[in-house]
Amino acid sequence: MDALTVWVLVAGLAATSFLPRGAFILFLARLQLPPAVQRGLRFVPAAVFAALVIPDIAFAGGALRLGLDNPKLVAALVAGPVAWRTHSTLATIGAGMAALHLAEWLLAR
Amino acid sequence: MPIPAPFVAGAHAVLPVLPGVATFGLISGVAMVGSGMSPVAAMAMSLLAYAGTAQLASLQLVAAGAPLVLILFATLVLNLRFALYSLAMAPHLRGGTARMKALYSYLLSDNGYAHFVARYASHPDDGGKVPYYLGACAAIWTTWQVSTALGIGIGTRIPPQWHLEFIVTLTFFALGISLVRDRAMAVAALTAAVVAILTMHLPYRLGLIVAAGAGIAAGVAAERWTR
Repeated sequence: MDALTVWVLVAGLAATSFLPRGAFILFLARLQLPPAVQRGLRFVPAAVFAALVIPDIAFAGGALRLGLDNPKLVAALVAGPVAWRTHSTLATIGAGMAALHLAEWLLAR
Repeated sequence: MPIPAPFVAGAHAVLPVLPGVATFGLISGVAMVGSGMSPVAAMAMSLLAYAGTAQLASLQLVAAGAPLVLILFATLVLNLRFALYSLAMAPHLRGGTARMKALYSYLLSDNGYAHFVARYASHPDDGGKVPYYLGACAAIWTTWQVSTALGIGIGTRIPPQWHLEFIVTLTFFALGISLVRDRAMAVAALTAAVVAILTMHLPYRLGLIVAAGAGIAAGVAAERWTR
């Protein structure tokens, strides 16, 4: 990332974070969202998180790699059950990072 | 000037969530510098955007080579939940100046909203709403910014071979899994995951938007069928 891109990103993110927050408190105090839109919004975080993360785990060097020779996939297979059982971000990160490094070390041998 | 009692009550109410806020702030600080941002830019991003998930998502997309317009659109989609909170909060925060309303908006967070609603949903006529909200927000905001600064300080000392950037992926992985509490949410997440893999070949990581849209549609449909 060059310096200009970073600062444009910072400014842009400031805007895309402030506008939804101010939408009704500051801008459209009298407007109501239709119920269908409100129902859909409930699914936004889970859908976006899955769409963000899964390609990073499943692809390496531009190719789909669903085998155990993909360290990130191994890390996800370990971190998934930990996240499910503990609901702890920190425990998930700990397990996933440990698994990633262990898998890389084993594959390099 | 004495501190109003509802302000203290608001700050006190959010104490249990502050360790979680601090952990996420620390992670996001480490991850920002781990992705190659300078400490100054990382702190500026935290202060100006004050949106942890959107900050981390933008890093993930920068690393994936997505164009700026798509990154900003994706963060806007992620931040849409704040519009829901804004809608719910607006009736309680009427009557201030535009400058104060801008401050209320900037400070709006998942935890601040959740605690305000927990306190006032069943007693909408109780007083002290604004100081209660500001007290809760002040505690969360301060915890977030201090822990982010700490994370930035730690992050610059960690060598790149440690793959700190993978922390971002694992964070969203954990957040996503913890959101899946019912079948419709699982359908939304799984659909988005599969479509994201199938659309990986699309340029500019447009697959992200397509996959998120497919996941949301599948979640709404699943909810309708299971009812």
